[in-house]
Amino acid sequence: MAGQEQVLGAPSSQPVLRGSYTYASITDKIADTVLERPTHWAWAVGFAVSASLTVLFIVAMSYLFAKGVGIWGIDQPVSWAFALTNFVWWVGIGHAGTFISAFLLLLRQRWRTSINRFAEAMTIFAVAMAGLMPILHLGRPWFFYWLIPYPNKMNLWPQWRSPLVWDIFAIGTYIIVSILFWYMGLIPDLATLRDRAAQRWKQVGYALLALGWRNDARHWARFEIAYLLMAGLATPLVISVHSVVSLDFAIGNTPGWHSTIFPPYFVAGALYSGFAMALTIAIPLRATFGLQDFITARHLAVMAKVMLACGLLVTYSYLVESFMAFYSADRYESFMLLNRMTGPYAWIYWTVIFCNVIVLQTLWFERVRASPWMLFAVAILINIGMWLERFMIIVVSLHRDFMPSAWGMFYPTFWDIAILAGSLGAFALLFLLFVRFLPVISMSEMRKLVKERRESSS
Amino acid sequence: MAQVFHPRQLLLLKGIALGALLAAIAAAFLYRVATQAPVARNVPVEQPIPFSHKHHVGDDGLDCRYCHSSVETSAFAGIPSMATCRTCHSQLFTDAPILAPLFDTRSQRAPVYWNRIHQLPDFVYFNHSIHVAKGVGCSTCHGRVDEMPLTWRVASLEMQWCLGCHRAPERYVRPRNRVFDMSWQPPANQLELGRRLVAAYHIRGTRALTDCSTCHR
Amino acid sequence: MSPRQPRREFDFSGVPERSRREFLKLMGASIALASGCSRELPERIVPYEDMPEQLAATKSLYFATALSLDGYGSGVLVESAMGRPIKVEGNPNHPASLGATDVFSQAAVLTLWDPDRSQTVLRQGVLSTWDAFRAALTARRSRFASQGGAGLHILTGSVTSPTLAAQLHRLLDKYPEARWHQYQPINRDNVYAGTRLAFGETREPRYDFTRARTVLSLDADFLRSMPGHVRYARDFNGARRPGETPSANNRLYAIESSPTLTGAKADHCRRLRASQIDRVARALAQRLGIAVESPTSVPIEAGWLDACAFDLLTRHGESLILVGERQPAHVHALAHLANERLGNVGTTVQYTNPVLAEPIDQLDSLRQLSAAMAAGEVQELLILGVNPLYATPADLEFARHLQRVPFSVHLGLYRDETAMRSLWHIPAAHELEAWSDTRAYDGSATIQQPLIAPLYGGRSPHEVLAVLAGEFEQDGHAIVRALWQGELGGDDFEHTWKTSLHNGVVPDSAFTAEQVTARLPALPPLRDADSSELEIVFSPDPHVHDGVYTNNAWLRELPKPLTELTWDNAVLMSPESGRRRGLANEDVVEIEYRGRRVRAPVWLLPGHPDESLTLQFGYGRTAGGRIAPGAGFNAYALQTSAAPSFDGGARVHPLGTRYPLASAQMHNRMEGRDLARMLPLSAVIQRTAQGAQPSKHERKLLYPPFASPTYAWGMSINLDACVGCKACTIACQAENNIPVVGKDQVQRGREMHWIRVDRYFEGSDAHPRVHFQPVPCMHCERAPCEVVCPVEASVHDSEGLNVQVYNRCVGTRFCSNNCPYKVRRFNFLQYSQDVPSLNAQRNPDVTVRMRGVMEKCSYCLQRIAAAKIASEKEGRRIRDGEVVTACQAACPTEAIVFGDLNDPASRVRIAKTSPLDYVLLEELNTLPRTSYLPAVENPHPDLQET
Repeated sequence: MAGQEQVLGAPSSQPVLRGSYTYASITDKIADTVLERPTHWAWAVGFAVSASLTVLFIVAMSYLFAKGVGIWGIDQPVSWAFALTNFVWWVGIGHAGTFISAFLLLLRQRWRTSINRFAEAMTIFAVAMAGLMPILHLGRPWFFYWLIPYPNKMNLWPQWRSPLVWDIFAIGTYIIVSILFWYMGLIPDLATLRDRAAQRWKQVGYALLALGWRNDARHWARFEIAYLLMAGLATPLVISVHSVVSLDFAIGNTPGWHSTIFPPYFVAGALYSGFAMALTIAIPLRATFGLQDFITARHLAVMAKVMLACGLLVTYSYLVESFMAFYSADRYESFMLLNRMTGPYAWIYWTVIFCNVIVLQTLWFERVRASPWMLFAVAILINIGMWLERFMIIVVSLHRDFMPSAWGMFYPTFWDIAILAGSLGAFALLFLLFVRFLPVISMSEMRKLVKERRESSS
Repeated sequence: MAQVFHPRQLLLLKGIALGALLAAIAAAFLYRVATQAPVARNVPVEQPIPFSHKHHVGDDGLDCRYCHSSVETSAFAGIPSMATCRTCHSQLFTDAPILAPLFDTRSQRAPVYWNRIHQLPDFVYFNHSIHVAKGVGCSTCHGRVDEMPLTWRVASLEMQWCLGCHRAPERYVRPRNRVFDMSWQPPANQLELGRRLVAAYHIRGTRALTDCSTCHR
Repeated sequence: MSPRQPRREFDFSGVPERSRREFLKLMGASIALASGCSRELPERIVPYEDMPEQLAATKSLYFATALSLDGYGSGVLVESAMGRPIKVEGNPNHPASLGATDVFSQAAVLTLWDPDRSQTVLRQGVLSTWDAFRAALTARRSRFASQGGAGLHILTGSVTSPTLAAQLHRLLDKYPEARWHQYQPINRDNVYAGTRLAFGETREPRYDFTRARTVLSLDADFLRSMPGHVRYARDFNGARRPGETPSANNRLYAIESSPTLTGAKADHCRRLRASQIDRVARALAQRLGIAVESPTSVPIEAGWLDACAFDLLTRHGESLILVGERQPAHVHALAHLANERLGNVGTTVQYTNPVLAEPIDQLDSLRQLSAAMAAGEVQELLILGVNPLYATPADLEFARHLQRVPFSVHLGLYRDETAMRSLWHIPAAHELEAWSDTRAYDGSATIQQPLIAPLYGGRSPHEVLAVLAGEFEQDGHAIVRALWQGELGGDDFEHTWKTSLHNGVVPDSAFTAEQVTARLPALPPLRDADSSELEIVFSPDPHVHDGVYTNNAWLRELPKPLTELTWDNAVLMSPESGRRRGLANEDVVEIEYRGRRVRAPVWLLPGHPDESLTLQFGYGRTAGGRIAPGAGFNAYALQTSAAPSFDGGARVHPLGTRYPLASAQMHNRMEGRDLARMLPLSAVIQRTAQGAQPSKHERKLLYPPFASPTYAWGMSINLDACVGCKACTIACQAENNIPVVGKDQVQRGREMHWIRVDRYFEGSDAHPRVHFQPVPCMHCERAPCEVVCPVEASVHDSEGLNVQVYNRCVGTRFCSNNCPYKVRRFNFLQYSQDVPSLNAQRNPDVTVRMRGVMEKCSYCLQRIAAAKIASEKEGRRIRDGEVVTACQAACPTEAIVFGDLNDPASRVRIAKTSPLDYVLLEELNTLPRTSYLPAVENPHPDLQET
């Protein structure tokens, strides 16, 4: 295990599991948060807020379908704005989850164990939000299925050169694999809950979901293999999905989009924002449900380091982008950059730099990484910064491209904000429900941790 | 510990799952049906006057163009004016009750509302005159109208149906002088004949015939 | 989802045969758009009772008639689809049109179908009937007949109609005491007065730009707003085709008091306050050897005047000086004299009898009327087709005096300000609904024939006058025909009548030139030269004119030349004047002038003379339709009969509030990009001599080059010919069912025009160079829009058209992002309204787009398809010139050429072989099918414009 410790450079003084837990006690601890523990006030407040935001989301979507995308601030030349920004941002957030649950599993990173469950859930809910956006932004959303290849009376197929078609496959695969992977991981725990549940209806509910899992040795053997295979399937998606998303822009000829560094740039950005979101969730979570023993300071520190690494990659991408704009000697490229820095949307560029580059540097310090609340603040700022970065790439590039006569501005309307806030609300709502009805930490895997610790100590 | 479900319940559950699947498939089919053309295919359509093409074309041998006079000159084949009908029916069957609407149009200014049988979406710009000019016969799309006591639609009029001919006109074109011939049947060597006609009538290549702009504007 | 309602497709109140109306219902179905996959509603087919001969086919028919502006007619051909007038084209046979039109003619069909038009006779605002009115009028006749017509007054606009004039004269003969007043807000008073000063008799100047090598325009916007401007623009540019004959190029000097398109096209333009132009005219006259005492100080450098004078003198008989309607009579007189001295009379300028039937001083005529009303002498007042309550100088207080008139009748298209305050209002028949006649700038007469029965039972002035005069015959057709029977007479009148109708011009009706001898007029003392007082200049709005078109949504949304403003008017002033007062665009100011005050938003216009305000008429309406009222400000409220054109002594008070204006172009500079090119003539001659140069951009293509074996459609746009009049934009709108989106949407940058005319300023705000560039879809052979569309809604057809398949489009808008020219337009909301009468205007050959669908220029695909079907039925290729796009047809200067690039003889192919031919953003390698020829400037060698 020492090898992996070095991989992440975490001092072994900090364990990934604190306190002295037995199989039973650890199971109690986690299962009770679902079965026994009465609703926490913080949970109730959060639920109320996110539920009302979700209602707003539904209202906004209904009005959108009734009237058309004209209710947003989009125009000529800026015909993409919030919807696509949200899309890229949400997809990005998803990535951290898959990275933690699949990538790190293959790398045998034990510390992932206690955070992979909720990280994976975060992925699914985030990708669900992301998946909505491209459909919402269509002019005629009721024809969204024309992007999917299927035999039809018109003898027509999608246009394969369009990255939007690639998106359909990328996002589709991603959401399916993520759900399967997450659900498979849940099965043993669902069985545990089934067996511990007191009331009949809970038993039935969990029983249905547990698909008849009996902790049979053969079950476990199959499970272990299948789980690894799923991880193997999910891992390449961490790279592929956001690369494809980035092509939505890189394929275009708009200055600020038309760039070959986009795939790696976007993937790094995705993990960056994803880990930021993971921290944003983990820190209140452990505080609220007293999970400090499982999601330890070590976890936070390690996540912070990953974030730092990704952040530096993103910073590098910013530098390359600027250098290329200058080095290409392309009038439109260099104007694009100048316009970002000094144009009407300059404040966005500088906020992005502040959040994603300046604030990031604090993570070099042990003290910051050790303080959950400072990490929380940093994570929030990075979330904002990454959203603004996507907004900058999309809107600020579009609003002034080739023909000055066609230049324009974008001003968001109430409905733009409503869709963004609504999707945040819906995401939070789903997550809160998940926390209430499913174990946020994998009991089976935690038991493994306990076992390993016993062996190492004895 | 005890099983939550009895095996029979499990069977039931599986049954429900299966049912859900079937329901989904059924829904898909219903959708197909719901998006059919307004007038059903191969079903005779009731008309205010039970006009019989069989009688007028088959028995009396009227030429299509006698009534559909603009078929060679314009996009729309043309619906005969009431006056056209009365050229004969001012003499024949004048007191037949079924023909009453024909005279009401003049006396009571109550127009006849024919039910439309061949109806394309409004974003499709079909032009009769060019098809007739290129040797596409009436019966190719409208079927043996001369055998229809009440007229019905034989063609699906779906885009893939149009493309069927636009992709391979040689399978359907006929000599210009047989365009209005209801009894014309494709000869054994239709393909060979068709290729010659396609060349002779300068029918454009498949690429041009299947341009979106050929039918949509 | 679709704007289609299968049941009540049309409601032709007033169209006689019901069966036809029903038949239209069937044909009309094709104008509606059904969504791709929803169940079609079953349709009914309603046959004709009795089929009209030519209407059998679904082909359009064209009828020749004329449309008038300020009384002056311009010949048009109106397209009638199944009996519905849907599109106006120019009439090639008509001298004022030569096949082209201005924006007003294009918009006429929308006014015709405007659901806001007045639809019923009103008495004191209460519904009444034509018969009731006729009865009332007959009753009044007994009164004025007994007194020889005393107390009967008739107010018309400028009348060129021979029939109407004859009717009025008959009436005056019958009732000698009756009075006929004329007042057109945009009138010819100064022009006629000028000829009276110079020649002692009233004459109509007519210009021939084909022979003019040097042109000096003193405040005259002959490219955009003078009678005959369409013809003038054509001739002027005809004499300015460097590509064809490099040496033969004219040079235009312009001095203007408010920026116009003429100034924008001038090789040398100076902007002065209106009062200063008199001074310059005298200085120039003196240089041309006319004995006027030289003004002390002249607001233009001597060098500029010398150069101009030199050019005028050296081009003896080939030069031309013309003066705008705004300038006082004696300036006109000076110009006439100068033209005579320069030997231009008979070559570049001719003088004919006035085109107006009664060339009186209209302002004076209006003064007399309002005095008579004030004195209570007016018993009956007939107001025919004008709106004096709105469009007259404020100091005449027409509204107040009208209350003293016991019996007032208003005939008009709308329930406008006058209609509301008159005793009787009669809905007028639109020019396309009634028989009448009119004369063009050169006197040629056109008999106006109706395209459709009056939709709302409107009446023509002829019919109203007939009733007034109590004549037996009361049908418009008979009245007009009777007159021409007398005029043309002859045994073969029937034939002449038919040919006149068919050709749209009455043979040999143009006026012949009269002999004139000019004399030096007595010149009034000059105004104080260096008076720094703020001047105001009144001018018609470029698009709603004097207010007649304020309810026409096409014209309201059409971006105005130079300002690019839509939907409102604004006070125009120079950026410098604005800076002095700390004013920015959209700031609201209160203008104080002669004790009257008006509040208006400010628009700072580069090239506007300092310390001068331009106030445009036509806005600040209080009635006259749904969209007319409540926009802009009323300039008439400041106009006085003492100084109807311009005057000093205005003051501006900033109010600190703002009024949002909708400009269609947010950025006005080219940012050093190579978009709208302009070359000096010398360079053009050199380049033409050198021949075509290889492009500096090498073409590396991933895919094989695009082959279009049959036809290869392409377009060439000549920026030198383009005068920026925007006729192309509105013609395209009429042809392609382009919806109007409204001010709010334009502010958001969502206007839908398929061809926009970009306008760039270059150089200082005081003396900017103005560039115009029409930008339709480029139809790139390597179209960036196509690769990114996920559903193949944006595709190439085999003839090189980049087509947009509306019924396949799902609205991702990726194509628009990827279009470097930003020519794609998106239906962000449901813009096409489902209004029966507006549906009737729509072009049945073009799909009406629904919400959520992308659209753009199609090179008038429907016209190509029609020509292709016609040619294939005849087994031949499409001939050059057989397909004419709507923009090309409307363009007064033939700046747009369209055709088949595979045809080596086609005009477009030849245009593109010019060494000057270039494409936009060539470095992007999109290989556009639309290319440009640069603008050419021909400056005087001694003058270097900044």
